[in-house]
Amino acid sequence: MEVITIESSPKTPSIKFDSKQGKLEIKGRSIPENSVEFYKPLVESLERYAGAPTSPTQVDIQLEYFNTASSKCILDVLKKLETIHRQGNQVIINWYYEEDDEDMREAGEDYQAIVNLTFNMQQVELD
Amino acid sequence: MDIHDFYDKMDRNNILLSFKGDITAELLTSILQIIESKMDNMQEEPKLRKKVYIVLVELLQNLYHHMDDPSLEANAEMARTAIFMIGKENSHYNVITGNYIKNDRVPLLKKKMDEINALSPEEVKEHYKRTLNNGQMSEKGGGGLGMIDIARRTGKPLFYDFVPINDNFSFFTLNVVIEQ
Repeated sequence: MEVITIESSPKTPSIKFDSKQGKLEIKGRSIPENSVEFYKPLVESLERYAGAPTSPTQVDIQLEYFNTASSKCILDVLKKLETIHRQGNQVIINWYYEEDDEDMREAGEDYQAIVNLTFNMQQVELD
Repeated sequence: MDIHDFYDKMDRNNILLSFKGDITAELLTSILQIIESKMDNMQEEPKLRKKVYIVLVELLQNLYHHMDDPSLEANAEMARTAIFMIGKENSHYNVITGNYIKNDRVPLLKKKMDEINALSPEEVKEHYKRTLNNGQMSEKGGGGLGMIDIARRTGKPLFYDFVPINDNFSFFTLNVVIEQ
C-alpha cells in the first residue's frame, strides 16, 4: 500500500494518492519549471499500483492552470491510468473546470481524445 | 542615462512591469505574483486574467530554460540575460520578451513560428494535440509546446524579430498580444 501526499505550493498542485482506496486527487496550479521532477514520484507510484490496482480507481483532477511542461506529465499520468483500465479495471476520471474556463474544459477534452478513458466533465462554480 | 526619458517611454507604452537581467526561478515567482495582484487591483475579468497569466508563464519559462542552454555558457555575460516587459493598452495586454540566441538556432525557431502563424485557430488546436501526444519531452518537461500553446490561447500570430548582433548571436524579440 502506498500513500502520496504532496502539499500545494504557488507553482505546484496538491497531490493525494491512496493506492489502497484507489483514489488520486490533483488539485491547484501546476506551473513548475521542472515538471518532470515534480510528477516523477506519482508516475512511479502509479507504475507500481498498476501491478495490483484497486477497482474502481477514482481520479479527481481540478487544475486552475497548468503550463505546457506539466501537460506532458499529466498525459503520462493518464497513460498509466489507461494501462490500468486496459487490464480490465474500472477507472473513473473526474475532470473539473470553472464555469467560464473553456480552455480548461477543452484541455480535458483533448486528453480524452488521446487516451482511451471516459472523462466526467464537472463544471464548478466560481467563488 | 536620461531617466525621465526612460520613464516617458514606459509611460507612453503603459508598461506595468519590466525587467532586464538573469532569469531565475525566484524571479519568475515574484513577477507572476506582482502581475496577478495588479490584475486583481485592476479588476480584470477572470477569463482575461487567466489567459494573461498562463501566457506569461510560458513566455517566462521559455526565457528561463533558454538560460540553462549549455551552448550559451561560453558567452555567459551576453547570453544569460533577457528583457521582459508587460504593458496594457486599451483592452489588450502586450508581453514582450527579448534574449540573445545563437545564430545557428535562428532558422529552426523561425520555421517553427512561421508554421504556427500559417495555421488557422482550429489547426493550431490540432497541432497542439498532436505535439502533446508525440511522446517527445525534453528533460525539463518542455516538448516544443510552449509557442503553440501561446498561439492557441491568444488566437493571434506570434510577432517576432531577429536582429543579427555578431557572428555568433542574434537578438530575438517576441511580442504576444492578449485580448479578452
